Amino acid sequence: MIFLTLIVTNLRRHRVRSLISVAGIAFSVAAMLTVVTILQGAVGMFSGILSSDSEIVVFERNVSDLFFSNVPSGALNEITAWPMVAHADPVLFGIVSSADHPIITCFGVTAADARIRKATWVQGDPHIFAEHSDDVALGERAADLLGAKLDSHVPIGHGLFHVIGILKTANGFEDGGVFMPLNSAQEFFHKEGSSSVITIKLRSKEDADSFKAMVKTTFPDLIGLEDAEFTRSYSQFKILKATAWAVGGCGLLMGGLGVANTMIMSVFTRIREIAILRVNGFSHAQIATMIFGESAVVSLLGAVLGLLAGTCLLLILKLIPALHGYVDASVQPVVMLIVILLALGTGIAGALYPAAYAMRIRAVEALRFE
Amino acid sequence: MNLSTPKECSQHKSSQARVVLRAEDVWKSYDDGAIAVLKGVDLQVLEGQTVALCGPSGCGKSTLLHLFGGLDSPDRGHISVNGVEINRHSNLLRLLRHEVGFVFQLHNLIPDLTLEENCLIPTVAAGIERRTARARMKELADRTGLSHRLGQRIQKLSGGERQRTALCRALMNKPKILLADEPTGSLDEGASAQVFELLLDLVATDGVTLVMATHDRKLAERCDHLFEMRDGRVHESAFAQ
Repeated sequence: MIFLTLIVTNLRRHRVRSLISVAGIAFSVAAMLTVVTILQGAVGMFSGILSSDSEIVVFERNVSDLFFSNVPSGALNEITAWPMVAHADPVLFGIVSSADHPIITCFGVTAADARIRKATWVQGDPHIFAEHSDDVALGERAADLLGAKLDSHVPIGHGLFHVIGILKTANGFEDGGVFMPLNSAQEFFHKEGSSSVITIKLRSKEDADSFKAMVKTTFPDLIGLEDAEFTRSYSQFKILKATAWAVGGCGLLMGGLGVANTMIMSVFTRIREIAILRVNGFSHAQIATMIFGESAVVSLLGAVLGLLAGTCLLLILKLIPALHGYVDASVQPVVMLIVILLALGTGIAGALYPAAYAMRIRAVEALRFE
Repeated sequence: MNLSTPKECSQHKSSQARVVLRAEDVWKSYDDGAIAVLKGVDLQVLEGQTVALCGPSGCGKSTLLHLFGGLDSPDRGHISVNGVEINRHSNLLRLLRHEVGFVFQLHNLIPDLTLEENCLIPTVAAGIERRTARARMKELADRTGLSHRLGQRIQKLSGGERQRTALCRALMNKPKILLADEPTGSLDEGASAQVFELLLDLVATDGVTLVMATHDRKLAERCDHLFEMRDGRVHESAFAQ
């Protein structure tokens, strides 16, 4: 109890300094939580596009980005005929531009695709999708951005397309995207006879391994991955996640430096007090524990405040119309745990030098001269 | 008189009393030898004695106390406490937690803690059970007249109360040796006399050996033995009582 009292007393003694340190950690944690959650949400959304009514995605092996992947239609035809496959849906990804909107994601899909069949059509009829080569269905946000209405014509790239439907979806990419008939998309993007990926629905999930093995032997240039495997191994996702953690980590490092500064000042201003504790039998370990305890309290307080602030920030971002569908405000428990542990670790690391310094204080010198 | 051999302060104590503090040919200097403070000090203190070290500022009184308490080590010579030599391999924590207590001129209490919390610090260091520590706290507070001030922060205590608190803290873990460095040096005459009476009473009741550095010759003369420190050595001055 006295030990805890010592820790709290030391922090209360310089309240402003302690609060600044707590705020530093809190801002860092909030930044890390926000960045990581947004990017994880983006990754989740992209994964969601691929896993729509499917378990496996087939794409070109060793490709750095799915936008560059080419899966020939011959492969599609053969895979569709495999007995274990319930259905195989080709998807062609492309980036198109429109006036004032340089980047719009385009999905070239067939009329049978689950993204068309199972979407909520706010306006229009899904059954007429792909009847004409210039038909497009727009995500609700894309329609909003382009100012397009049902049956209107919108300029996309160098073409003029007829809006035959407006879809509503919780997925930000789809909601802000354009759905074209596959053939039109192939022509538009000069990728005749190929798609970016094929999403596979198996008759039985137990056939996943044998399906992937067949892809490997039959099409050495292609690879089939289950959705979870794809999310784990896709290099773009890895880069995004690493970037998120790196950016967040840098923020936390800054917070850690703040804690280190506070702890150093805290130790320097009570050298005599530490000497008194030594004279009264405190061991080096007890002195260090006290310093680390102070730092841990600062870090944990900062982490809790940061989590609250980060969650609030995510909720606010979610309310911004332009970000609708892109921000997933639900913070994963594992992310929360990692952030807390990182904050704690940063705080402890920040207290290493102050603790080492405190342990080296010679009571006799501190009492004689200070 | 220069004590070239260990000086026993045993005239009026039992001849059977054992030596609890011993300094043998102890040398100590600072600033790489530029300031020689102790130049071959020899001294023995028997269990239960009260010993005063007198001398001008800088003569080495505090240094000798620090050496006995294991806070510093001699350049040369030997220091032993309860028959165990103090060196870098010694269990200094055990020494500080259980065998010696320190009282300083400037009380050295932690100002933001309460009187009670300050006194409990040595028990926390030594891992003494909370209930036992509080019982001891209560006992010492009763004996020093501080029972009504336990929850007060140090800033709100008078000089005499602070020094009595320091005395309580030093005795919390029931050490058998009390090293007091000018314990009344910062107090006025009245408070000084009061604290000193209390000090003598506590050590006499608990059978604690007291070694006290002081400028106050009147107080020093009330100890069993009085030693003068001059020229880095200990000279027997008088047997006061």
